[in-house]
Amino acid sequence: MYRSNVLVCGGTGCTSSNSLKIVEKLKEEIKAKGLEKEVNVITTGCFGLCALGPIMVVYPEGSFYSMVKVEDIPEIVEEHLLKGRIVTRLLYQETVEEDTIKSLNKTAFYAKQKRVALRNCGVIDPEKIDDYIAVDGYAALGKVLTEMTPEQVIQTILDSGLRGRGGAGFPTGLKWKFAAANDADQKYVCCNADEGDPGAFMDRSVLEGDPHAVLEAMAIAGYAIGASKGYIYVRAEYPIAVKRLQIAIKQAHEYGLLGDDIFSTGFNFDIQLRLGAGAFVCGEETSLMTSIEGKRGEPRPRPPFPAVKGLYQKPTILNNVETYANIAQIILKGADWFASMGTEKSKGTKVFALGGKINHTGLVEIPMGTTLREIVFEIGGGIPNGKKFKAAQTGGPSGGCIPEEHLDVPIDYDNLIAIGSMMGSGGLIVMDEDNCMVDVAKFFLEFTVDESCGKCTPCRIGTKRLLEMLEKITKGQGTMEMLDEMEELCYYIKANSLCGLGQTAPNPVLSTLRYFKDEYIAHIVDKKCPAGVCKELLQYTIDKDKCFGCGMCAKKCPAGAISVTDYTAPGKKKPAYEIDPSKCIKCGACIDTCKFKAISKG
Amino acid sequence: MKSLAELQAIRDKAKANLNLRKENPNAARVLVGMATCGIAAGARPVLNAFTEEIAKRGLQEDITVTQTGCIGICQYEPVVEVEIPGEEKVTYVKMTPEKVARVVNDHLVNRNVVTEYTIGANTK
Repeated sequence: MYRSNVLVCGGTGCTSSNSLKIVEKLKEEIKAKGLEKEVNVITTGCFGLCALGPIMVVYPEGSFYSMVKVEDIPEIVEEHLLKGRIVTRLLYQETVEEDTIKSLNKTAFYAKQKRVALRNCGVIDPEKIDDYIAVDGYAALGKVLTEMTPEQVIQTILDSGLRGRGGAGFPTGLKWKFAAANDADQKYVCCNADEGDPGAFMDRSVLEGDPHAVLEAMAIAGYAIGASKGYIYVRAEYPIAVKRLQIAIKQAHEYGLLGDDIFSTGFNFDIQLRLGAGAFVCGEETSLMTSIEGKRGEPRPRPPFPAVKGLYQKPTILNNVETYANIAQIILKGADWFASMGTEKSKGTKVFALGGKINHTGLVEIPMGTTLREIVFEIGGGIPNGKKFKAAQTGGPSGGCIPEEHLDVPIDYDNLIAIGSMMGSGGLIVMDEDNCMVDVAKFFLEFTVDESCGKCTPCRIGTKRLLEMLEKITKGQGTMEMLDEMEELCYYIKANSLCGLGQTAPNPVLSTLRYFKDEYIAHIVDKKCPAGVCKELLQYTIDKDKCFGCGMCAKKCPAGAISVTDYTAPGKKKPAYEIDPSKCIKCGACIDTCKFKAISKG
Repeated sequence: MKSLAELQAIRDKAKANLNLRKENPNAARVLVGMATCGIAAGARPVLNAFTEEIAKRGLQEDITVTQTGCIGICQYEPVVEVEIPGEEKVTYVKMTPEKVARVVNDHLVNRNVVTEYTIGANTK
């Protein structure tokens, strides 16, 4: 029996900032102090507050140490674990109040969150099945197999109102119902863990922090639709997630929670992993299944839908990782409990990956209907350096930008579509006044041009032409007619593309055209980039009256574009310098070097 | 896994360790003085005896055991404070592992303070 548990985050974020070395050092120090029978060190999944990683929490006190360094460990072990004196200096400062320590759940970042899909992330050891079982793991599978009929399971999921968390928001129960209705000698349950949106990492965190939740839900889905085989299609770029899934599958087999005759009910279910090679299009359902079959990942027309003819031409359901992470809870706590959270048409919670210009970069789970303002300014801690909010991008390359005027719209599937964006998988990138919206649209278009599989023309050529127009605009070669042409092309691509990739690829362009047309016009008519991002439209100049003639900028300039003039400003001892615009490559090195703020761009 | 009972058995066993990872504002707290004076006087075996006794009785969810610093009465170490929400704090002094079982049983479980071990009884 341990008296204290030390939880160290072993998610990808904290691992990359050395949390595994921290675990090593902790164990070493604890052993040196003879505490190994009293203090247990556990590597967990993601806590969510990635901006403050590596994260370490000590229970029973609940002390939240942030940005822990290996060098801090001896002090924490000596003071806190041995002598019981919390090292306040190293705590997350928001938890420190004058003479007490505030519970983590009362801090701004966690107070408004409601953790359902992430409930075990940062609590259990994802590599120990016993930990998962201790938090009622596999109880839902037991309940389903021994007490419920497949129809009752499907009805419960339907009643809960759960919709697909991968982005499109199709009702999960309906998907299961269609697949259950089709008779076949073999059916399949698939899990889409091919998380590809730039900036999105919620599926990775669930797999890393709570892999058994996904396995359990897939087995429940298998029982509901009459399938005995499952596949998880996961990105090979997620090595920690892959490793923990492999461990989880092995442990579930050892316990007989996967395999034959589970709970002596005659139900058989097995899961295999398939690693994706990194093509974005494989997150699209028909491409994903083609890829599982070992073929080139390309989409095919629907219908037939996967529920009729999916993997190996058999009825198949495909759900996203986060969708599965909700299933066991719905079975245990009931459809009404789940439906009590959220808005009328979007029930439950949604995980968002906060990134971009925001203080608390990380993972948050909020009830549907929370406003963007609450997410960005309360949970997310606002914009760094006192900059002004410009837009939030949701839905990755398939979504759009939400401007300030819509900050108070309650977030759910339908509201986001109404304001020209989409839920997507839950990436949320915050942009401030230094972001150029034309450049943002160009960034996402570059991504889709790269990732278009090339099977259908509207997507392959359409996105390329769209990108070319955007590039012209950012170089100051655009015309006003181009804006209309672009909009028309966007609608063509949306209407005629084969799969979701092409059908949504123009969204970043359309939404920025809708809300930030003035920025496009500034690029075209004034030949200026208001945010100062588009290099071709920038001009760096030295204010000769402010220049002290130190020559630092000329030394730093990699293009040799800065030279001395024969003008000496009144009161200065040396002649000023100037930039030759024809040689300037707009790298900005001179601005960073100048101590006198004599150089400006615009 | 052949039955729900089997799953339940694993759950019960594994749960004890996880209860430590929750914040329970209503939990009673046992604070063992673990500054240099406390450690020198033998606070560590006392601390371990509390952890074991509480685990043996399956009370981890309701009682947390933590260390605390020196409270300034070094001559009475090992010092243990028991805080039950809504009740006055009780300070036990000159604790030994042998005395622990009675404090857990009488005070923490049955709510009868073991007066003879308290600071009041030992300073007269």
